[in-house]
Amino acid sequence: MTRGSYRRRLLVERLMFGATIVAAAGTLSVLFFLLGYIAYQGGSSLSLSFFTHLPTPVGEAGGGMANAIVGSAKLLVAAALVGTPIGFLGGVYLAEYGRGPVTSSVRFAADVLNGVPSIVLGVTVYGLIVLPAGHFSTLAGGVALGLIMIPVTLRATEEFLRLVPDSLREASLALGAPQWVTIVRVVIPAGLRGIVAGILLSLARVAGETAPLLFTAFSNRYWSEGWLQPTASLPVMIFTYAIAPYDDWHRQAWAAALTLLALVLGANVLARLVLRRGIALGRAS
Amino acid sequence: MLQRPAVRDAGTRSTVSPRGAQRAPRPSPYGRRPSRFADVTFRGAAFTFALSVFVITATIGVELWTQSAQARAAFGWSFLWTSVWDPVELHFGALPFIYGTLVTSLIALAIAVPFGIGAAVCLAELLPPSIADPATFLIELLVAVPSVVYGLVGVFVLVPIVRTLGGPVSDVLGWIPLLAGPVYGIGLLTAGILLSVMIVPFIVAISREVLLAVPQSQRDASLALGATRWETVWHVVLPYARSGIVGSIILALARALGETMAVTMVIGNRPQIVASLFAPAYSMAAVIANEFAEATSKLYVSALIEVALVLFGITIVVNALARLMIAGMRTGRSAMA
Repeated sequence: MTRGSYRRRLLVERLMFGATIVAAAGTLSVLFFLLGYIAYQGGSSLSLSFFTHLPTPVGEAGGGMANAIVGSAKLLVAAALVGTPIGFLGGVYLAEYGRGPVTSSVRFAADVLNGVPSIVLGVTVYGLIVLPAGHFSTLAGGVALGLIMIPVTLRATEEFLRLVPDSLREASLALGAPQWVTIVRVVIPAGLRGIVAGILLSLARVAGETAPLLFTAFSNRYWSEGWLQPTASLPVMIFTYAIAPYDDWHRQAWAAALTLLALVLGANVLARLVLRRGIALGRAS
Repeated sequence: MLQRPAVRDAGTRSTVSPRGAQRAPRPSPYGRRPSRFADVTFRGAAFTFALSVFVITATIGVELWTQSAQARAAFGWSFLWTSVWDPVELHFGALPFIYGTLVTSLIALAIAVPFGIGAAVCLAELLPPSIADPATFLIELLVAVPSVVYGLVGVFVLVPIVRTLGGPVSDVLGWIPLLAGPVYGIGLLTAGILLSVMIVPFIVAISREVLLAVPQSQRDASLALGATRWETVWHVVLPYARSGIVGSIILALARALGETMAVTMVIGNRPQIVASLFAPAYSMAAVIANEFAEATSKLYVSALIEVALVLFGITIVVNALARLMIAGMRTGRSAMA
């Protein structure tokens, strides 16, 4: 144990707690610096044409990232269509029927999938979809993002369904409802708030993913029609514009970063509000 | 929009369940004898989707394994400790990338661990919840910031700072191999610092949860024995939470190892192994991001996929380790309780 006079021990206490305050303040100040700096740089570069125009060639002023914004939205829709059903129903299975050897291997697989670096998923989807199809596409990008959504959605669904008290299930079963009706009409609605928040959070996470899109959705200077053409997306545009040597492009990158950050953080705050305060709920909280 | 009515439905249902029970005696809309068929179908569907998670993960491993067959046949295990990366002569070794990934991650941990645990202690032990909760909320928002945005800030803020401050440091202390010049601004140190900023929120968020889970009685006992609050934290609370905190560090490490965009943008992208932390280097994820789309020959692509396979293997091991740590803590605690 620590030796020394009481006064000395109090001094140590004050010093060490002071250090922890410095650490916490430092971490928080990074956040405020990030937000402030991006708001400053992005705000001064943001204009209406950023949302409505296509990118212009180097050296030409103006232009925007309308195609990248739409591209990101389409990628998110595709990702949700791939990731949500698998993650959600998989989570329902783990929570409601989950016993036996299959469950533990599924859970382990979800953990592994959650830990796989997103660039590795990009490489895999390239081999499975882009290579056989012969071209980059929105669809391939959506699948890559969807793979990232699966474990997050699965975990959220499982956890929030487990929070639903068993007495609700028993009441429903005692009334004669079959198990699937119990799950669909009693258990899932009771846990829905958390599940919706989880899906929102996983969408926010994949909205900012860049690495898996590099060789799946690729990029596009023009509008991408349908689902089978390469498409621009906000994160990939930020990447290409940031490492290019043109000042115009750097300003566009900041504007795109501000837009992306606003979307992602907005979704996060919304998800937490849904979870904690209970948006659209009368008496639950 | 679509979710709204459902959410409201959920609320009334979960809170007013006793009243729901009174409504029950009316005739069941599901027929007099609920058929087993619907039950079996639903269970089967859920099972199929759950199983597909397993199948997908296995497919990723198999795909990486088969696609890298050519490179594995050509270079064997020496792929892991050869440092030549020559797309022209078609000779590939992954050592510079493994080195870059490990060194940047270690730098990141060296900075992030003291900061993260310090901040977690402050938020869990020192500050009242009315301040600590919103602060934690803000720090958790940092986890959500996309890595390409960190990369952007890294390129335009961190790189100039390292260039300006690193120059004089290297001039004076350049005789130490670790700090030898020239200082470009991009390089191992910059990537490590940027990674540390990205993983601190992870460590703070998880460690704080773990610290809050330490029973109050432990603290009370220590304080009652005359320990100061800091001594209580240092000798009682932190040791109690040790395996959970270590788990959070390993999870953060896993994220640092696989991080792609931010590192790619500031590490300098040069496949070399140099002692100096100011020197440009390369990481596994970065080389895939930069060269995969441009790889021309089959062997080149195959070598890059083998890099992905190695990265896949490392992250699986690290993640499994973290889960074991956290699980170990859980069983440990329930045994104590």
